[in-house]
Amino acid sequence: MAIKPNIVFLTGYRIYVVVFFLFLAAPLVGAGMFAFNDSTFPSLPWRGFTLDWFFNDTEPKLGMFHDRRLMRGLYYSFVIASCVSMLSVFVGTCNAFLFVRYKFPAKDFLYIVMVVPLVIPGVILGISILLVASTIANGAEATLSLELDFLRPGIVLVVLGQFSFITTITSLVIIARLKKFDLSLEEAAFNLGASQVRVLRTITLPFLFPAIAAAGIVAFLVSFENFNTTLFLVGSEAPLTITMYDRMVKVGSTPVLNAVSFFLMVGSALLALVSVLVQRSKPLT
Amino acid sequence: MQKDIRRLSLLLLFAPFALWITLLIVLPHLGMLHISLREKVAPRVYEFGFGNYLNFFNEPIYWNTLLRTGSMSLLVTLLALILGFPIAYYIAKIAGRRARGALFLMCLIPLWVSDLIRAFGWILLLRETGVISSSLQWAGVINAPIEFLYNDATVIMGLVYTVILFMIVPLVSTLDGMDDAMIEAGYNLGGNGPTVLRRIIIPYAMPGIVSGCIVVFMLTAGSYLTPILLGGKNSSWFTEQIYDQFITRYNWEAGAAFGFVLLAFTSLVVWGGLKLTGQTLSTTVARS
Repeated sequence: MAIKPNIVFLTGYRIYVVVFFLFLAAPLVGAGMFAFNDSTFPSLPWRGFTLDWFFNDTEPKLGMFHDRRLMRGLYYSFVIASCVSMLSVFVGTCNAFLFVRYKFPAKDFLYIVMVVPLVIPGVILGISILLVASTIANGAEATLSLELDFLRPGIVLVVLGQFSFITTITSLVIIARLKKFDLSLEEAAFNLGASQVRVLRTITLPFLFPAIAAAGIVAFLVSFENFNTTLFLVGSEAPLTITMYDRMVKVGSTPVLNAVSFFLMVGSALLALVSVLVQRSKPLT
Repeated sequence: MQKDIRRLSLLLLFAPFALWITLLIVLPHLGMLHISLREKVAPRVYEFGFGNYLNFFNEPIYWNTLLRTGSMSLLVTLLALILGFPIAYYIAKIAGRRARGALFLMCLIPLWVSDLIRAFGWILLLRETGVISSSLQWAGVINAPIEFLYNDATVIMGLVYTVILFMIVPLVSTLDGMDDAMIEAGYNLGGNGPTVLRRIIIPYAMPGIVSGCIVVFMLTAGSYLTPILLGGKNSSWFTEQIYDQFITRYNWEAGAAFGFVLLAFTSLVVWGGLKLTGQTLSTTVARS
């Protein structure tokens, strides 16, 4: 501890920190707790504990696991997030090697270009990709009478739209770890007669693995919860956030949405825990 | 031979980067610029012109919305800095070794659930039939239900909540790198708390502060869900106007122009902020 401020100040400071964390937790508690209230409205009074909003299979208390549209949304979210995660980790790893290991013209400028997608509003990314994809698809249809269905709003565009900014996140995570790599480890392996591919496979990639796994998990979560970019690119295969938003706007809030929220919170917390454990673990030797 | 392999691998690694940036960032933005600069003169006939932009400036409701979005985003950024800085300082400098990691993780928890769920949670707490209103009634503080939603204060509170993590994380990592001896030296030379804060801690944390402010401002100005869900129909957030042009009116030309106006406006504010603080993008957001 650097300074020894007086006790009153420190107590006040601690109270502020506690209040701040209560503020952080408040809406999560609000969204989660009504998943277990035995009532058709997500509001007080408390009418007793129930798991119906998860498992019940009849209206009016249709549980989330029997709600086909929500389950379809969950499935599409999962497919989209897996694709985005794999693609963005692959490109992020390439970017890490590119920016850490190589020298090329305009490197500093291109590094900033790599970071820019993170600060472009998600709405703008969504509409700009929608515009260009539709223009190309319309052009192909008019001049070549070619149907380029994948350029119409749908899963492919959603994946591309999310990938466009999530790759920046994965790149930054993997770059940070590759920078800490001790190059003499690779040199030693070369001196012992290992080939380039073998060194990559047995030395460098295992060292990078925690960062790659963590980047993959972060990409998965960010994709799963993305709304702004997805909103403009979505077709008939709506992911979960879009389905939930639709339900909120059209039907109003029902406790089944609380059940989904609770389910997602637990899922994300588990994944986040895995990413922390992976990053903490020593790389395989 | 060795040199050729190196050149080849450089090209192979450069290809994904180039494809990503050109096809998904540069090309779409050029396309958007192109579409925003054309005017519909007849069905399927377009002419080059600045009509969509002129339309924006001639209609007070549009630029008023933009100014409102901009000023509220600046306010949110300022609030996030003022509220987040003590927390970041506590995590980086005051908390013990073990508490530090736990507190940092707790800061990140809201990040793992979507905007939608956080806004949904606030709605359930704050609406007329919500938890806070009914608890206050139960406690006898108020006699009739109170609607806490659909006003600017709630929108600002919700936005600060959504973005404050992006302020705290860069601040913690900058303050973490600061040597405690610098603070002690400040006190030994006779400085009191506020002086040390103003002359030593804040200048040292400047890259983190600017970086946090840029990300927070961009995220706030570009946010869509929080203002709409917490502010209701009259939230008049600029992204809502863009959505309206695109989806409701199907006027892609105007929507593209609005998108560019938002991008230009936010970039201008960020550029101004960098000039004012004497920082650059590479010393802040792109710092590594």
